[in-house]
Amino acid sequence: MDDQLTYRSGFKDVLPTVFGYIGVGIAFGIVAKTYHLSVLMVLLMSLIVYAGSAQFIITGMLAAGSPIGAIVVSTILINARMSLMSMTVAPYFKDKSFGENIGVGSLLTDETFALSMNKLNFTNHHLNGPWLNSANIVAYLVWALATVAGSLIGGLIPNPESLGLDFAVVAMFIGLLYLQIITDRSRPLLKHLQVFLCVAILMIILMRFMAGNSAILLATILGCLFGMAVNRK
Amino acid sequence: MTTKVYITIILCGLVTWLIRVIPFALVKNFKLPDWLTHFLSFVPVAILSAIFVESLLVTRTGHFPGLNVPNFLASIPAIITAVISKSLLAVVVVGVIAMAAIRFLGWA
Repeated sequence: MDDQLTYRSGFKDVLPTVFGYIGVGIAFGIVAKTYHLSVLMVLLMSLIVYAGSAQFIITGMLAAGSPIGAIVVSTILINARMSLMSMTVAPYFKDKSFGENIGVGSLLTDETFALSMNKLNFTNHHLNGPWLNSANIVAYLVWALATVAGSLIGGLIPNPESLGLDFAVVAMFIGLLYLQIITDRSRPLLKHLQVFLCVAILMIILMRFMAGNSAILLATILGCLFGMAVNRK
Repeated sequence: MTTKVYITIILCGLVTWLIRVIPFALVKNFKLPDWLTHFLSFVPVAILSAIFVESLLVTRTGHFPGLNVPNFLASIPAIITAVISKSLLAVVVVGVIAMAAIRFLGWA
């Protein structure tokens, strides 16, 4: 990663994350196929909902015959954390047009959010439309194509898990977290590690009482409050 | 069934889109208070930590979560690669190979 904020560098920076989208996208397509969703449904869900874990839950709930209202509420709960990420990226686009804000926000994902946060450490805390749109659009298209591919080959390949592809996403978050901790010099390494440790402990406790996605949201909020408390200005 | 699927996709897409863009609209039109800016400065590390730790755990009803052994084992070479290479691509490639090896060897 460097200090360039161009279409080309956005394309280059997002490439490593593409493996994660391909691995999980194919897995989703295969799952959707087993639940009898058509290729068109898979494509539309990837283009319209565009949210990995929510798509798995929506598909599972559709197969279980859940009412639409319940599926929508689950989607809101699973995706609620996205509002925190949008809120964090948005200040860097405050001076840009309303349309550019909506465009950048519409396709923001966990991965492109994390890339943006890494990028800030190289660009003297600047982001722009060309760079983020380019990363967002590559991610969006790769996700849609991967899910369709999974849906088409569903049943043909034995088990995508045996190839280890499902771990691509976890590995990517490990890389993004590590790079964020070492490149964000706005506070010392130790402070970052304190927040990590606090969030890890919170996750273990919270996951006794709630689903993983809700625990992620709550642990993040509490972890940020903890960070504020130990970093009083 | 078919109509229900499409309606569900459209509604879920709509709420997800609103969750993504409303913060942009709010931030564009209002000045964030200092405490919120301070709070948001912790979001990147906190949320990535939460997502990573979640992948290491398995929910067990009525108990504290258990360890996701394959993910935990594959994370070790991935973390070492991150420290050595500082390259996202290298971390992903090593992680995937490690996971394939763990499954192939039947460790998890």
